[in-house]
Amino acid sequence: MSLNMKDQHISICRQNDLIPNSGICAELAGKQVALFYLPDESPAIYAIDNWDPIGKANVLSRGIVGDINGQLVVSSPLYKQHFDLITGQCIEHSDVKVPVYVVELVDDCVLINQ
Amino acid sequence: MLKVVIIGNGMVGHHYVEQLAASPVAAKITVIGGEARPAYDRVHLSDYFAGSTPEDLALTTKEHYLDMGVDAHFGDMVAHIDRSNKIVITESGQAYSYDKLVLATGSYPFVPPVEGNNLPQCTVYRTIDDLGMIQAQANNAKVGVVVGGGLLGLEAANAVQNLGLETHVVEFAPGLMGVELDAGGSSMLRRKIEALGVKVHTSKATELIETNSEGKGRVVMHFADGGSLATDMIVFSAGIRPYDQLARDCGLVVGERGGIAIDQYCKTSDPSIFAIGECALFDNKIYGLVAPGYRMAEAAASQLGSEGISFLGADMSTKLKLLGVDVGSIGDAHGRQEGSVAYTFSDERIDVYKRLIVSADGKSLLGAVLVGDCSEYDTLLQYFLNGIDLPSDPETLILPTNAGGSPALGASALPLTATICSCHNVSKGDIVATMDAGFCSLAEVKSETCAASGCGGCAALLKNVVDDEMAARGLDVDTAMCEHFNFTRQEMFHIIKVETIKSFEDLLHKHGTGRGCEVCKPTAGSILASLWNDYVLEEKHVGLQDTNDTFLANMQNNGTYSVVPRIAGGEITPDKLIVLGQVAKKYQLYTKITGGQRIDLFGARLQQLPAIWQELIEAGFETGHAYGKALRTVKSCVGSTWCRYGVQDSVAMALYVENRYKGLRSPHKLKSGVSGCTRECAEAQSKDFGIIATENGWNLYVGGNGGMKPRHAELFATDLDDKTLIKYIDRFLMFYVRTADRLQRTSVWMDNLEGGLDYLKQVVIEDSLGICNDLEAQMDAVVGSYQCEWKTTIEDPEKLKRFRQFVNSDGQDKAIIFVEERGQLRPAKEEEHQKISATLD
Repeated sequence: MSLNMKDQHISICRQNDLIPNSGICAELAGKQVALFYLPDESPAIYAIDNWDPIGKANVLSRGIVGDINGQLVVSSPLYKQHFDLITGQCIEHSDVKVPVYVVELVDDCVLINQ
Repeated sequence: MLKVVIIGNGMVGHHYVEQLAASPVAAKITVIGGEARPAYDRVHLSDYFAGSTPEDLALTTKEHYLDMGVDAHFGDMVAHIDRSNKIVITESGQAYSYDKLVLATGSYPFVPPVEGNNLPQCTVYRTIDDLGMIQAQANNAKVGVVVGGGLLGLEAANAVQNLGLETHVVEFAPGLMGVELDAGGSSMLRRKIEALGVKVHTSKATELIETNSEGKGRVVMHFADGGSLATDMIVFSAGIRPYDQLARDCGLVVGERGGIAIDQYCKTSDPSIFAIGECALFDNKIYGLVAPGYRMAEAAASQLGSEGISFLGADMSTKLKLLGVDVGSIGDAHGRQEGSVAYTFSDERIDVYKRLIVSADGKSLLGAVLVGDCSEYDTLLQYFLNGIDLPSDPETLILPTNAGGSPALGASALPLTATICSCHNVSKGDIVATMDAGFCSLAEVKSETCAASGCGGCAALLKNVVDDEMAARGLDVDTAMCEHFNFTRQEMFHIIKVETIKSFEDLLHKHGTGRGCEVCKPTAGSILASLWNDYVLEEKHVGLQDTNDTFLANMQNNGTYSVVPRIAGGEITPDKLIVLGQVAKKYQLYTKITGGQRIDLFGARLQQLPAIWQELIEAGFETGHAYGKALRTVKSCVGSTWCRYGVQDSVAMALYVENRYKGLRSPHKLKSGVSGCTRECAEAQSKDFGIIATENGWNLYVGGNGGMKPRHAELFATDLDDKTLIKYIDRFLMFYVRTADRLQRTSVWMDNLEGGLDYLKQVVIEDSLGICNDLEAQMDAVVGSYQCEWKTTIEDPEKLKRFRQFVNSDGQDKAIIFVEERGQLRPAKEEEHQKISATLD
């Protein structure tokens, strides 16, 4: 973790706000970010947009996380499409992708790139 | 380029155009259709009076032909074929030259030569234009007569009845459908359609039709036996005759009784001219069904390319619904072959007739007749078409199963040549080849071969063939739940129980791969809850739950939730009802009564849920588990407490049952109902388990379902006392929880349970597996450890942290927008969103 990185990132919440193997939502300059905490993975934290472009609602943080062929995904709670936690790519629809955010856990803080 | 002219654009002519256009042959295709509209579905013509439009019936459009590069002309009849110059000339004077000519002129309805048959009240039943005439005549008419009691006549009778007329069928022969049915089948068919209000007159030869000046009816029909019948209109549907005049005029060979003679390549006596469909005569036979016509079209089209398919005749077995009555006829229905032996089964209570015609040695099926129930048709047809050896007691094929009838023919017994889908001519061999090419799932086989996409009648058989083939290849029918666990829910349940596994991590570590997914996680979560009944929001279980279980509410399409408090048995005090109204009003929740006698409050934002529940719990409500795969409601009627007819206190029983099983996690949702008498006002027979009061106690029904695939519950036990009733339900539910597949309702579970209802009775009533003590103990443990999940949640500040829209602010989701409708709020639609956002900007 370089000082440089720290400069660009802001602290969005604390580690104990996160729920292991599940998601929560944070507000970031008017946007909604879904944060997933997977303590057994490396890295252990992932951030994608909370907006489900297929279900058209802010719900992705409330999906179940898991993997498809080793690819970490969240499944939308509305219609169950899968979104890659690293790239934001929708597995079922190659033309659908959600924004992803650079996020990191430093000490007790969740840092995210604005 | 090869110039191909097709005369006639019925179903078969159209099929030929499609076949040729799809083939590699470079042809300039010209179609000349006598009717003003392109090809339509004549098989379903009577749907026209049941509401289908000509557009619904259309098989193609002029635009579609244009796109295909087909030069099509409609409403113009061909007047003359000039074979020496290879030109056809139409009535409007157009001339088209051809290299190959295809006659698909079809047939015309036979009208008996009776004086008066040309009166305006007399119509025929063949084209959409005919239907228009029939409809016009039916205006202000009360009575309609169909002349002809064959297949086409009964189709027409269906149409006349759909028009709301008193319907008569007049048939020259002694019975209905004399070609397809034997005398017994024919009289059963008559019984059935007379019961439907159609009046049948057989052995009636019409001699004269005249206008009626007095009394009822616009015309009167006089019969040879001296009788008469007054009617407002007459539809002739007494058979068809091939349209072969053009062929006769230009000197092609035709049959003695009509029909253009063709060889196995569908060529007429002129090698440049083909004939297909009902105008063609092959082996001295006219084929008046659409499937053989299609086969002729395919054979004729293939002659223009390198691969020549032959038409070698076709089986005329048929299965159809006439006036709602199932009728099936296979092969030699009349048993005309020498030495043949017949088996007959008839049940006049339910009006079912079945007959088998078997060869003298009892080995092969020669024919069959089915009236009132065609469920054996597919199996019998396979025996017939493939010459499969009959079982030693062939009568079992038509006897009811409870009388020793045998189950359907296994897919593995069918030869590769067996036709599975006759609409699209898909054989078992085609299916095997498709699976060899790597398309192994049922869905893939369907989309590759089109099988089961026509009438759909072969769907069950197709599935059997695919499953059987999969098993044969060792691909065994994939029962893995998902990529992470290679076993079924039932197996997972067993493992968790036997090994006393308490967490998903432990399960995954010992028995799975990867990290899990939205399929296996909630399944494991549900099993852990069923077995150990931990609070579902324990930290180690949170990630396993669907959002509905996590937030103890039902997510709706805009990301808000609905709230359903438990109203056991549908009984609620006025005070509690007021609280629901107050809460709904305060949080502006859309309010609706559910089908399960509860009240659903919609539109709660995530962060509002705890406050809403705080108020509800203070007023004495508890969670309704509407979000869970769990017991939902026990619906009840008011029972003997109030009702004049009630024989037991159904409300008290419903309350007891609902309170006992509330919170029970199961493979799918569970619903129940209790009725206080046999009038069954609580609709208990449509529930997973239903209870109906009797004078002596309770009758228990199991395995019912409403919804997408309704199924009546089956009577499981009668006149039970309260204690035995509960004991049986405990065992039944826990056995279901243990053995059902993921998301399998009790109805489907029972359908798939080997041994069915009898087996279930043995397990639950007779304890044949010796597990009843265990089932009851497990249920007692679940009942004893019940907690209201909402009460537990609002008492724990740590748990409440989850109910925030944002972890880092108190803001709310601006994408949730409501509009008012009928005095309540509802989610804004997408177009409304844009409008509202625009005004906000």
